[in-house]
Amino acid sequence: MNLQVSPPWGAERRTRQMIEHPRRRAADLAAPPRARDPLPSPTDWSFELIEQYHEVIKATARRYGLDTYPNQLEIITAEQMMDAYASVGMPVNYRHWSYGKEFIATEKNYRRGHMGLAYEIVINSDPCISYLMEENTMAMQALVIAHAAYGHNSFFKGNYLFRMWTDASSIIDYLVYAKNYVAECEERHGLEAVETFLDSCHALMNQGVDRYRRPSRKSLAQELADAKDREAYAQRQINEMWRTLPRKAEKAAEEAETRRFPEEPQENLLYFIEKHAPLLEPWQREVVRIVRKVSQYFYPQRQTQVMNEGWATFWHHTLLNTMYDDGYLSDGMMIEWLKSHTNVVYQPRVGDRGYNGINPYALGFAMYTDIKRICQNPTDEDRHWFPDLAGADWLESIDHAMRNFKDESFIGQYLSPNLMREFRLFAIVDDEKEKDLEVSAIHDESGYRRVREALSHQYDLGSREPNIQVWSVNLRGDRSLTLRHAQHNDRPLHDGAQEVLKHAARLWGFGVHLESVNAAGEVQKRWSVPAPSH
Amino acid sequence: MLQQIIDRRLAGKNKSIGNRERFLRRHKDQIREAVKRAVDGRGIRDIAQGEDIHIPKRDIAEPVFGHGQGGKREMVHPGNQDYVRGDRIDRPKGGSGGGGGGQASDSGEGDDDFVFHLNKEEFMQVFFDDLALPNLARTTLAETPEFKTHRAGYSSDGTPNNLHVVRSMRGAIGRRIALGSESRRELAELEEQLAQLKRHPHPNPFAHEIPPLELEIEALRARLKRIPYLDPIDLRYRSRVRVPVPTSKAVMFCLMDVSGSMDEARKDLAKRFFILLYLFLTRHYEKIDIVFIRHHTQAQEVDEQNFFHSTETGGTVVSSALVLMEEIARARYPTSEWNIYGAQASDGDNWHHDSGRCRELLANNILPLCRYFAYVQVAEEEQNLWDEYSALAADAKAFAIRKVTEASQIYPVFRDLFKKEGAPT
Repeated sequence: MNLQVSPPWGAERRTRQMIEHPRRRAADLAAPPRARDPLPSPTDWSFELIEQYHEVIKATARRYGLDTYPNQLEIITAEQMMDAYASVGMPVNYRHWSYGKEFIATEKNYRRGHMGLAYEIVINSDPCISYLMEENTMAMQALVIAHAAYGHNSFFKGNYLFRMWTDASSIIDYLVYAKNYVAECEERHGLEAVETFLDSCHALMNQGVDRYRRPSRKSLAQELADAKDREAYAQRQINEMWRTLPRKAEKAAEEAETRRFPEEPQENLLYFIEKHAPLLEPWQREVVRIVRKVSQYFYPQRQTQVMNEGWATFWHHTLLNTMYDDGYLSDGMMIEWLKSHTNVVYQPRVGDRGYNGINPYALGFAMYTDIKRICQNPTDEDRHWFPDLAGADWLESIDHAMRNFKDESFIGQYLSPNLMREFRLFAIVDDEKEKDLEVSAIHDESGYRRVREALSHQYDLGSREPNIQVWSVNLRGDRSLTLRHAQHNDRPLHDGAQEVLKHAARLWGFGVHLESVNAAGEVQKRWSVPAPSH
Repeated sequence: MLQQIIDRRLAGKNKSIGNRERFLRRHKDQIREAVKRAVDGRGIRDIAQGEDIHIPKRDIAEPVFGHGQGGKREMVHPGNQDYVRGDRIDRPKGGSGGGGGGQASDSGEGDDDFVFHLNKEEFMQVFFDDLALPNLARTTLAETPEFKTHRAGYSSDGTPNNLHVVRSMRGAIGRRIALGSESRRELAELEEQLAQLKRHPHPNPFAHEIPPLELEIEALRARLKRIPYLDPIDLRYRSRVRVPVPTSKAVMFCLMDVSGSMDEARKDLAKRFFILLYLFLTRHYEKIDIVFIRHHTQAQEVDEQNFFHSTETGGTVVSSALVLMEEIARARYPTSEWNIYGAQASDGDNWHHDSGRCRELLANNILPLCRYFAYVQVAEEEQNLWDEYSALAADAKAFAIRKVTEASQIYPVFRDLFKKEGAPT
């Protein structure tokens, strides 16, 4: 349904703590007097109507204590929606052919009716920008406002990953800077050069994030000022590292022989390349940095899909239903948004046509709803599994769940036996050493924990994406770079690796090797790309 | 909290055009190939259209590291029907693993081509690139014909400068009459009544009736006064409509040698040559007829399909085509009504006694009829037909010849034609 976005660099240096604010408790909720007349409900929206609806939605969200960035609603056309969709959901971005490709693909699907267009895009910025498409009906606009401007928005503001990694106030500025910088490079160095370079950066984009290192927060102005210094300084460092003049003493040389570089494996390939690739021009280093930042910006989002979509869906459902109870929404309006809602949370069963894995909207929505149920009407089973939740205040409980988890831990913590039965979840082990697949656990007493664990792992980015790190650099010889893939459960890399390696070699400037290492530490497969000709 | 709703609909239309350009540039080879195929397959009249371009998916893939098949993984799926723990399931075909139909929908799409639509402008741009058209000629061809605006009655909306005062006032009078008629009639009646009452001698027995009547009259007068003198609905504007610049009729004769020596590549060159002339004509004429005349030793009028796609063998007598052209022109296209353009393509092969006759036919019979006649020879070697034609080209005005071995050389043969276009004569 949507695509949200959240910035990469600079989030505050703060220790991860349970973030607890004085929150609204469900017990404090008091229904206001019933509205005298429902809001008008024509099919077509108008600016006045959107404002009226927004006022009511806002008031309702306030009652539930949703803490959000200020909202900015923008009306856009379908074409603009596709455009934003194609450039990874951002209102501005640097130019690249792959976004043109995305746009064409999106447009084609849309025209053929293969795909409903995203109803909305919301950008994790401060103020939070939500796009409403002009083709939407009034009911859909209300749904989108509740979903994006209050659901997603409060998630962006509350969830610890977003708080830690993203800086909502400067994302747009940074992208404007990136766009101008890349455009300037194109002018100076030619479209071709910049394009091929960006291609290479994109190939390593997923390996361009810091998974564990804490970021430091910098303002945009600082960022800009630093960019210049960085260029000059980095170049000096690199020259030093690759210095070919003989050192003073023999000893120093010997030491260098045995010295590993990097001393420890590096997880962030793009960062390593930006800092240490010997032949890059300063502008190329800055481009690597831009791509890296953008990638980092999406990192929290990739880890909170179920939680984020579930949260937004839960809240549009709750807010609009409350508004109906308060007498603001007409029956027709309800039917219309409920129809969309039902489509969004539909979960096809395995083997059905159109089954494509677990629908994050469905799972997330069901989980928050389930937490609420456990708080309000716990069964004995729930009391056994969730002693802390049973009978607790539901509003506080889901707020806590939203703030302090990511998909992996959220599922590990909150997926209840009741829900596993409802979804009829079962786990299958696919081991290449075995002839058949094996059902390892189903939704029964002996399988709950196994299913929950397996599903939780499924959302762990660490196991979804191959773990590839910088292993070593041959400092004295051909300067080649060696990457290592640490296999997870013996899963190999696919054949695209060779192509990616070519891109890596283009960035590094010398030969690049990739070794795939199994759990026992044996190198199982090796790819090599020679130094690109300069 | 909410400042205001921002309407972005007008801003940033076509924002992704830069990305699209980059995409097209990157795949220009495939696109050029596709355009070439499209030109071969299309009729001359259908040339100015978009085209679907197919690019193999692997050519546009962006590689990233990912997991391949193999190893061990555990996947959770919803919708268990009758499995219990320990059940064994056959590995699904295609081995995408994961169990169930997890990846089925992905692999279903497989290696389809990436298809996208090149719009008309982009298509023509690529086509022109091939022909190495200079910019002036490009803009001339790509533009839609010029429009002229002229008056077409009156309309109820428009800009103030087009306001038609007389019409507007006339409308206002009509409206005032129509709106006020009822009130005026009542007013007249009441006034009549009042006058009668007043006529009674003193002391008037009906004196008490006079003041209410006067009040009523006063109210009616006020109502009449409130009818606006000029209302927005009275306004009439001069309406102006855009019509294409008046055009006339043209006929284009395509003459081509189809003897054995004209192979597909040469025909393709010839086709582009005809297309270019056709495009030029569409710019200037509303109605264009195309006459296809093919010839070997004899000439024949055929349809477009046969013209480009059937081969004949045998010798070559070029004059037969010229004779036929003249016959058809005199019979069906009187010069008083039609502008006649001729385009001839051949590989220069001709029966050697015939070339002199061709020159005479052209000089004496055909060129006087024609606005322009262009000849391309799609082969390098110079034979007597070329010699005769070049002698003629030296002094005939509306006659151009050119040797063409690749598409980019076609344009110069029309240079004079386009030059006239550019000059403000």
